[in-house]
Amino acid sequence: MRELNVREISNALKDMAISINHELSSDMVTLITNAREKEQSPLGKQILGQLVENMDIAKSEMIPVCQDTGMAVIFIEVGQDVHFVGGNIEDAINQGIREGYADGYLRKSVVGDPIIRENTRDNTPAVIHYSIVAGDKVNITLSPKGFGSENMSRVFMLKPSQGIEGVKEAVLTAVAEAGPNACPPMVVGVGIGGTFEKCAILAKKALTRNALSSSSVPYVADLEVELLEKINKLGIGPAGLGGRMTALAVNVETYATHIAGLPVGINICCHVNRHISREI
Amino acid sequence: MDIKLNTPITVEDTAKLTAGDYVYLSGTIYTARDAAHKRMSDTLDAGGSLPLDIEGKILYYLGPTPARPGKVIGSAGPTTASRMDKYAPRLLDMGQIGMIAKGKRTQPVIDAVVRNGAVYFASVGGAGALLSKCITSAEIVAYEDLGTEAIRKLEIKDLPVIVVIDSKGNNLYETAIEDWKIED
Repeated sequence: MRELNVREISNALKDMAISINHELSSDMVTLITNAREKEQSPLGKQILGQLVENMDIAKSEMIPVCQDTGMAVIFIEVGQDVHFVGGNIEDAINQGIREGYADGYLRKSVVGDPIIRENTRDNTPAVIHYSIVAGDKVNITLSPKGFGSENMSRVFMLKPSQGIEGVKEAVLTAVAEAGPNACPPMVVGVGIGGTFEKCAILAKKALTRNALSSSSVPYVADLEVELLEKINKLGIGPAGLGGRMTALAVNVETYATHIAGLPVGINICCHVNRHISREI
Repeated sequence: MDIKLNTPITVEDTAKLTAGDYVYLSGTIYTARDAAHKRMSDTLDAGGSLPLDIEGKILYYLGPTPARPGKVIGSAGPTTASRMDKYAPRLLDMGQIGMIAKGKRTQPVIDAVVRNGAVYFASVGGAGALLSKCITSAEIVAYEDLGTEAIRKLEIKDLPVIVVIDSKGNNLYETAIEDWKIED
């Protein structure tokens, strides 16, 4: 058994929130920079040039990459041999977000109730996904999720007979409908299988995967390549103003499902696909 | 075409703009997003008057991050316009001349743009650090309690925007996709 003070979790999340809102992970920097070279539309190229310059300014002048500094989504894997001390883990997570968003001059974009809509003024609560794993470590992934693209995300409950072609059609439909609203070039997270909620969580988790990586399952890796090619033929382009670079990456995750179902979750993220992980 | 424009802009100015034009905008604009639009709409419904004279004004759908000490504003890129579509036609009919945001608009908004000789500009979503460099002053002028969603008066210098929907109703989001789409 390893004792771990929850304050360490708060401190880590505070640092992670400030860092990832000012400096994107290297996979995203590489993809955006490469997209500028690949784009054929002159206006698209100019827009991607703005995005590259934006990343430089954000990092050097400590101005958030995007003003939508997101709702904090957290995946926390807790080793089963960890014993938290010093307080409640959920409170500690929210405290870390609260401190990060205050000290980092990040935008407070959370309302406490979806209908009454009063801003909580500290960007809490976070959305937290816990899992219990082997070992005595804690792995935290933070993804501050912007809502321009979140609003364009979809869940499709397909029939098993629709198969992989149905999945492709669902993804292309979601991306085409998202268009300029989702701030392309996008990263598309896809979750296939599980249940209604599981496919959506898988899709979210797919967005936190290194966007330069491929699935370890051969047919899924092929699907990622094919979907990216098809999406980039849609013509939406950077900022939705026409071009080839509509998506930077498609990450797909799968899970077992029921004999009667084929759930597909499509979580769309803009080019500001913020994800950062830390092991404690 | 690259164009430099200074506020206030008039229907004579917007008449010369075409979807696809790249515009460097300077002068005075105002921020308003979801909560400010709702409050303006509720105020008008209740027979009240707007907290600013909307005639000839450009609204930037923006909720910035807080300014660091010594800075004018934080990150300052556009939010998605469609959530303001419910409110925009009435404001355009009252004389609002322009909108800066990103994303598709509904037909009633496009009709209101044409009817009033207005314009819908896009700034690049996710470029808030870069765009903030074009803002030389920011001052809350209404609804301070709304925090990031308060109405701010901004002075801007060469803010890069693209004409998406012009006063003739041309829509770059529709036409550009057709130009770049590849049919299998």
